[in-house]
Amino acid sequence: MSLDLFRSLSWLPAPPSDFSARCRAVLDQNSEAAVGSRFQSLAALALDENQLNHLARAIAKAQKSQTSLHPLVPFRLGVLSNATLDFIVPALVATAARYGVALECIKAEYDQAVQQALSPDSLINRAKPDAVLVAMDYRALPLRCKKGDAAEAENAVSQAVAFIQSLRVGLKANGKTVCILQTIAPPPERLFGSFDRALPGTAANIINRLNLRLAESVFGTEDILLDVAGLAETVGLADWHSPAEWNLAKLPFSNSFLPLYADHVARLLAALRGKSRRVLVLDLDNTVWGGVIGDDGLEGIQCAQGDATGEAHLSVQRLALDLRERGVILAVSSKNEDEIARLPFRKHPEMLLKEEHIAVFQANWNDKATNITAIAKELSLGLDSVVFLDDNPVERNLVRQLLPAVAVPELPADPALYARTLAAAGYFESISFSAEDVSRARFYQDNAKRVGLQNLVGDLDAYLASLQMEITFQPFDEIGRARITQLINKSNQYNLTTKRYTEPEVAAAQDDPQYFTLQVRLSDTFGDNGMISVVICRRQSHSEWEIDTWLMSCRVLGRGVEQMVLREILEHARRNGIRKLFGAYRPTDRNKLVEDHYSKLGFILTGTEADATTIWELDVDRAAVEAAPMTVRSIGFMQETSGLANDRA
Amino acid sequence: METGEIYKKLNTVFEDVFDDDSIVVRPELSADDVDGWDSLTHIRLILTVERTFKVKFSASEIGKLKNVEGLAELIRSKAN
Repeated sequence: MSLDLFRSLSWLPAPPSDFSARCRAVLDQNSEAAVGSRFQSLAALALDENQLNHLARAIAKAQKSQTSLHPLVPFRLGVLSNATLDFIVPALVATAARYGVALECIKAEYDQAVQQALSPDSLINRAKPDAVLVAMDYRALPLRCKKGDAAEAENAVSQAVAFIQSLRVGLKANGKTVCILQTIAPPPERLFGSFDRALPGTAANIINRLNLRLAESVFGTEDILLDVAGLAETVGLADWHSPAEWNLAKLPFSNSFLPLYADHVARLLAALRGKSRRVLVLDLDNTVWGGVIGDDGLEGIQCAQGDATGEAHLSVQRLALDLRERGVILAVSSKNEDEIARLPFRKHPEMLLKEEHIAVFQANWNDKATNITAIAKELSLGLDSVVFLDDNPVERNLVRQLLPAVAVPELPADPALYARTLAAAGYFESISFSAEDVSRARFYQDNAKRVGLQNLVGDLDAYLASLQMEITFQPFDEIGRARITQLINKSNQYNLTTKRYTEPEVAAAQDDPQYFTLQVRLSDTFGDNGMISVVICRRQSHSEWEIDTWLMSCRVLGRGVEQMVLREILEHARRNGIRKLFGAYRPTDRNKLVEDHYSKLGFILTGTEADATTIWELDVDRAAVEAAPMTVRSIGFMQETSGLANDRA
Repeated sequence: METGEIYKKLNTVFEDVFDDDSIVVRPELSADDVDGWDSLTHIRLILTVERTFKVKFSASEIGKLKNVEGLAELIRSKAN
């Protein structure tokens, strides 16, 4: 449900079950990472009200003991309200750490907003805060007036505006500070019904006009707006306003929205400190379009109007373009051949994104952390300016783990919600819009530059080990047959020979003793990837196998699957008395990726045919292939000719 | 929902609200026994109970609560 998308900050990863203990441990542990960085990484999770409170408590303890919160930047925020602030303040402190801000709040006593704003020696004015959040809601305003009397209604609007302006003027007069003014979320209780919006003097009518005037009054000034009305509309006024919670504890809105509210405040503080993000790095397959360009081809990918999946991905493209128009730089990081990845940008008539919109275009087979580092370097921006959008949870977690400064939104299963999730995360929150922002896009135009890669970043092996992969090998069987046939006829990129077989042919190979077949499945901590590789070996002589077919899904590239597959082939080859393996790489316009497949696995090149097919050979007895970090299950293989039992499962 | 299950879940709620993993919830436990169980934490506790058990309490129900036993009984009367 989309309400939960917002309420539970679902673009952030879920916290671990021992989250609170980790908060307490930050100050006790000796660690290389700075205390501030560790608070920031704990804050980067989807925390609920209580978890925010625990984190805030740990941060307060650090502040009290004068522990440096470096690299968080300090910010002092005054908070005025007509409601209870006791829950809001800790939520703000914890959430600010998410945005790299060490927040200190100066809180006015309950319902002391006017005195605090107007009196020069009030707590808040004496503290000289960097900004003051004027968190008033509709209950603070003089909104009651005669219904249907236009003059009186106008008077009520003016009075309400004047009240808020008086607070603002008072705060400004008594200290140089930025005022953050809230728009007013109207109560959902209607008096006449729909007529309320039209009839002068009703709450709906007055608040409508009031919000407009508040927005106009801050536009172009140094003060800024927190659009609480917009936020409440987004999640629904009926949920936002909780009469029970107001009556019980004078909570200005349902406490379940505290994490969301605090995130919106913290975004503004980050924007004031120049910490908004500036680059959007896009994955391509199943993010910018549906499907895999390398396998499905230009006709097979989905990014067309009239097709539900296509429109979902088009909405990602549209949002990216809109962001670009307001000054966000776009880049691409995709595991693809460069030429193939650019094809839709150049040739697909329904693509909204074109090459000229992309500042840096990294389509290669390296890991994405390395590519994102190269993109940031090329743009001369820090990694903390980067947002990375990718449908694949393994890629997302890799980047999060190796490049913690990069923002990587979690995405829901349905691509229809990708654009909404990216927008909801508020990475590009901005408090102004200048001519420079507009020209930035033009500056990077026409580029779609490919940049060279530096050294690989981070410890990839440790990450792979953390995935707890389990690889399962089985010979072809009836259950797998349809999927085997589909892979054989669909895979283009990681496919050595691109031979296509019909389902009866696949069935025949299963039953023919001259063939050795493998269907390979992979699961990891993110779930089951299903069947990801298929191998067919044909006996050429009593001691030789020819690898007729070897293909793999690109989704599991870079995880050592191909090594494990070869180890499995060798295992069975030995049991069957095979001494030599022969492999062929038959080049197509799609499979350049596997040009060096056999050489990387230790095969020796023995010849090149007229159609550029290369022939490779491996000595089974001498072959030694390093294992990748995964558990192996080998099931369903018959007692083999060498007579050895299969008990490695 | 059975009483045992309610207490088990309540224990998690108390640990969460009071940020204390050693807290043991028992029927006669009340605000007098727990450090930091002030009026604000009480609200936090009630809201977390409501969310965890997917129930809603009225102000008068909340006002009558004396100890954990009363809270558990109120939950039992509402939760499915």
